[in-house]
Amino acid sequence: MSSATLQHAAFILRGNPITGIAAIGASLLIFVGIFGPWIVPYDPIASNVQNALMPPSAAHWAGTDQLGRDVFSRIIVAAQLDLAIAVSAVGISFALGAVIGALCGYSGGKLDRAVGRFVDVLMAFPLFVLAMAMVAALGNRVENIVIATAIINLPFYIRFARAEVNVRRNLGWVEAARACGDSHVSVVLRFLLPNVLPAMVVQMSLNLGWAIINAAGLSFIGLGVKPPTPEWGIMVAEGARFISTGKWWLVAFPGLALMLAVLCFNLLGDGLRDILDPRQRT
Amino acid sequence: MTTLGATAIRAARRFASSLPALFGVLIFTFLLMRVLPGDPAVFFASGPNSGKEEIETIRKQMGLDKPVPQQLFLYLYDVGRGNLGRSLMTGQNVTKDLRERLPASLELTFSALLIALVLAIPLGVLAALKPGSLVDHGVRLFCALGVCVPTFVSGLLLIYIFYYLFGVSPDPTGRVDIFTTLPPAHTGFLLIDFALAGDFDGWWAAFKQLILPACTMALFVIAPLARITRASMLASLGSDFVRTARSVGLSWWRIIVTYALRNAILPVITIAGIVFSTMLGANVLVEKVFSWPGVASYALDALLSSDYAPVQGFVLLMASVFVIVNLVVDVLYGIADPRISIG
Repeated sequence: MSSATLQHAAFILRGNPITGIAAIGASLLIFVGIFGPWIVPYDPIASNVQNALMPPSAAHWAGTDQLGRDVFSRIIVAAQLDLAIAVSAVGISFALGAVIGALCGYSGGKLDRAVGRFVDVLMAFPLFVLAMAMVAALGNRVENIVIATAIINLPFYIRFARAEVNVRRNLGWVEAARACGDSHVSVVLRFLLPNVLPAMVVQMSLNLGWAIINAAGLSFIGLGVKPPTPEWGIMVAEGARFISTGKWWLVAFPGLALMLAVLCFNLLGDGLRDILDPRQRT
Repeated sequence: MTTLGATAIRAARRFASSLPALFGVLIFTFLLMRVLPGDPAVFFASGPNSGKEEIETIRKQMGLDKPVPQQLFLYLYDVGRGNLGRSLMTGQNVTKDLRERLPASLELTFSALLIALVLAIPLGVLAALKPGSLVDHGVRLFCALGVCVPTFVSGLLLIYIFYYLFGVSPDPTGRVDIFTTLPPAHTGFLLIDFALAGDFDGWWAAFKQLILPACTMALFVIAPLARITRASMLASLGSDFVRTARSVGLSWWRIIVTYALRNAILPVITIAGIVFSTMLGANVLVEKVFSWPGVASYALDALLSSDYAPVQGFVLLMASVFVIVNLVVDVLYGIADPRISIG
């Protein structure tokens, strides 16, 4: 980053402190994701049946669940798994989508049409249904949640990278690189992709929140993560059984964690977009 | 009339262009069944302990001994005749099961879409009329929070508030409680059927059951709809024709609704189509939370008990519904903005 970019970022942050708060929130989340298991007050899977279904108190900030496990500790520890699923899914679809999309946009022709058809088929499904079906087909495991979430995100990245590369492929500097003897692959990887990346990073941040909701939704319906593993979606699913008897904390706190995580990444994405691409501000 | 004709031609052309994608969907669902773990013949045999011969017979019956391309043709032939296989769970034909449950899902989804549109469009318009005002910031905050709360969390919290705390909602399971006599099924949409039967108590009971799940789903999609309404209203309010309309002294209502909103509605329709797809997905979660007897909860139960024919049928059904919705969106385009169908 040049100093001009930093200055610009500082200018944006002054005008829009929410982005700064979101950045702090996201860093906090990542910190909790990495160090969560070491900072929790209780063992997240140790049950203590005498102490079951207690409302929030000074000892248990978010109450205890049906097995007497501390909900707060479980939420903190769960951050790791939820973030890992979302980040790796978005990372996979980002990497694959950028390369495939860039190649399609640059070469056009048969490859472009074939990939276009594939993307059309993927987009013809309601995406959550598609993810659900894929987890069912591949087997009910956490890795497959990651793969399914990555595949349903893929079309957006392919389309985005394709469009961005396509408008640049005939520009002067691309021609100049070709004239200097760069191969097609090198032009795509060394010149076109770096130009498209900033906009795609914004997409990634906006996408992370969505990926978190999707992954939690899949485990909420009983796919992927298995109890007693702490995970936000599962915690809500387990708490759902007690909601009509008024045990709100089992649902509300994991739900709040999900909400805050998604909110942080969405706001951060919006802020990054303002910094990198001021034209798209709404 | 020419506009109508042009719209019809446009819809037909659009339908033809969605056929390859629909064909791809068929191949995809076929492949899905092929990669599914386990041997379908074993599942379809009478039990886990059935003999080898029985499994072989079933395999022959299902055509699983034939090469894969031939199986694909058999599958396409079956789907073409409306045969989606048999569910192990209910012991019935999947087509029949899905047909029985589809109205419940559609009633829920359409009510949710209606609620979302009725709330989102005025909110977006209000925010656009006074940018930077308290209303604008309120709408923006609501939108930012709305997309962050997963449907399964907001649904459960609504149950807690309206069923447990205030006791105004009935027990959140199903479409009506089991003691209610159902009206004769004309449409399968309970609200319409009760109204046709003139049974107001029944209608009210069904309405009370529907309102929480529908609101849950609506909450999730109000944000994108309100946001796009606001953005396109802002553009349309700043345009020359609105200034002209204002300068010739047309009434406030006429300017906003007839001139500005009519021109701003196109992007809203586009987003509504996308939102509908999201809602079809969210159906799975909402139906689970509210034990709603729709196609999604049927597919989910099947999925969790390794009964794959219903899942396959459900995925196919959802993709088809989505294609149809896109067609409808296209036709609405033509109606909302006749310039498109003529061009």
